[in-house]
Amino acid sequence: MTATEVGVVEENGGAVEPPSASLSQRLLGANALWTFLILVGLVVFFTIAAPSTFLTQYDITQIATNAAIYLVLGVGMTFVIITGGIDLSVGSVLILSGVLAAEYVVHHGGYNAHWPSIIVGIVISMATGTAWGVLQGFVCAKAKVPPLIVTLGGLGMALGIARIITTGNDVAGGAPNALVETLGLGKLFGVIPWIVIVAVLCTVVFGLVLAYTRFGRYTYAIGSNAEAARRVGIKVERKLIQVYALSGLMAGIAGVMSLAFFHTTTIAGHSTDNLAVITAVVMGGTSLFGGRGTIVGTVIGVFIPAVLNSGLVIIGVQQYWQDVAVGAVLVFAVYLDQLRRRSRERS
Amino acid sequence: MTEPLLEARGLTKRYGQVQALQGADFTAYPGEVVALIGDNGAGKSTLVKALSGALRPDGGDILLEGRAVHLDSPLDAQRLGIETVYQDLALAPDLDAAANLHLGRELYFGGILRPLSILDRGAMRRAARTAFAELGIDLRDITVPVGSLSGGQRQSVAVARAVAYANKVIFMDEPTAALGVVQRGRVLDTIRRVRDRGVSVVLISHNMPEVLAVADRVEVLRLGQRVARFTAAESTVEELVGAMTGALAAQS
Repeated sequence: MTATEVGVVEENGGAVEPPSASLSQRLLGANALWTFLILVGLVVFFTIAAPSTFLTQYDITQIATNAAIYLVLGVGMTFVIITGGIDLSVGSVLILSGVLAAEYVVHHGGYNAHWPSIIVGIVISMATGTAWGVLQGFVCAKAKVPPLIVTLGGLGMALGIARIITTGNDVAGGAPNALVETLGLGKLFGVIPWIVIVAVLCTVVFGLVLAYTRFGRYTYAIGSNAEAARRVGIKVERKLIQVYALSGLMAGIAGVMSLAFFHTTTIAGHSTDNLAVITAVVMGGTSLFGGRGTIVGTVIGVFIPAVLNSGLVIIGVQQYWQDVAVGAVLVFAVYLDQLRRRSRERS
Repeated sequence: MTEPLLEARGLTKRYGQVQALQGADFTAYPGEVVALIGDNGAGKSTLVKALSGALRPDGGDILLEGRAVHLDSPLDAQRLGIETVYQDLALAPDLDAAANLHLGRELYFGGILRPLSILDRGAMRRAARTAFAELGIDLRDITVPVGSLSGGQRQSVAVARAVAYANKVIFMDEPTAALGVVQRGRVLDTIRRVRDRGVSVVLISHNMPEVLAVADRVEVLRLGQRVARFTAAESTVEELVGAMTGALAAQS
């Protein structure tokens, strides 16, 4: 025993020493490590198969742009799933937020709206998403309705309201040119798309929040053992409402991104966003039972389908194989999570 | 004898038709291990919950160092230096030992970073190492999730957490019930160490030899009332069981 290891008392020589968690494990979590290797394997494979096209600057930009909206939704979803919950409503909340923003912009300049009106529109979208999240969080936490049902109901209601407001037609003129040309199509220094920068900012900020702050720690604690959290004085209900509010805020931001990228409110789209995002989060090693997960893992989980899609198109294979592969990886990831849980319960 | 540290006087509690506590008394003196024993349904859990703030009694008084206190929640009790090690341990299995030790009482970076509530993991780990070392608990790696630790190690984490914050009383509800012989011995050693630090330990247990081995005094609850008090060193298992079942006349 060295002098530096203060307090480590060695008295039980027969005990099996638990392996110390390495840095990479801590960053990724054991499950995300596997998924990361799969992602690396895909990249290596496509790079060898199509060296002149795959992972060129153009290709990377395409992959990142396609992943941007899922990434933002995935950040909120990671928090929710770590608490042991689920948010099925993200796609609908994205649409509702975008529709309300577009409705405002249409009456304040339309296609030719200036930045002050656009900014108000952005704020409306973010506020709508957040408010919707607070509402869902309140019903989950206080009324104790299971999150699956609350957000399934929320999915239907948000989409219904969006359609009522627009009478079922996309809002013409809701995506002003100034927004489309910057957030939608514009690139920083002509290289990095703004939509990717927004996604990276959301990911980094909330990745740090999850890993290094009290908010993140309590998110894990609630998902791991809500009763234990309550007994040490953590305000579990309030934290849950905040977590669902965060997921709503992310949907609101994604609503603006979608508006800018697709030039319209896309009320007929995004119906499978929720499943795609949940798949990405779970592939990234976040446990559906709560208590475990990382934003880094979610990034990996979002990029697997994005890389597959791009790579399969490039090598001339039907991109529908992506769905098959992602489905298999998803089941594998949850199988690993189950293995880990079972081995723990045996100990 | 010295002045009581924690005292219950005439506590009553009714659940519907069931009178769980019928004027129950209880006394813990400073720096002792006092065992609270009784048959199933004698009111042990209810009494402990009342004294640790988990429920409010219908009547009676709780005194800490001679002053009446109102414990509306476990947090109230914790603020007064009273901690509880629950039978289910109340740990977050996905968090490591250092995180569990500080759960709800995290340490943060100070200065201009303080408003951001950024966790000071290094400081928490150091504090956890110190806390475990003081109790002679050997955790090789305090950075693995407590869910992957053995039952005895998990128990140690829960006890260390209570000890780290309790400066008056610790309630331990059946702390050895799920443990093997070796681990059981370790927990009992830990209980003695805690007592030697000047903190009173209230031990709730069904295991009579264990009670006699570790406790200084024994208080017996029967049908919601205290029916007997023993000095452990002068008592036998037969006497304790007799008092619990009512076969022996009440004594004090």
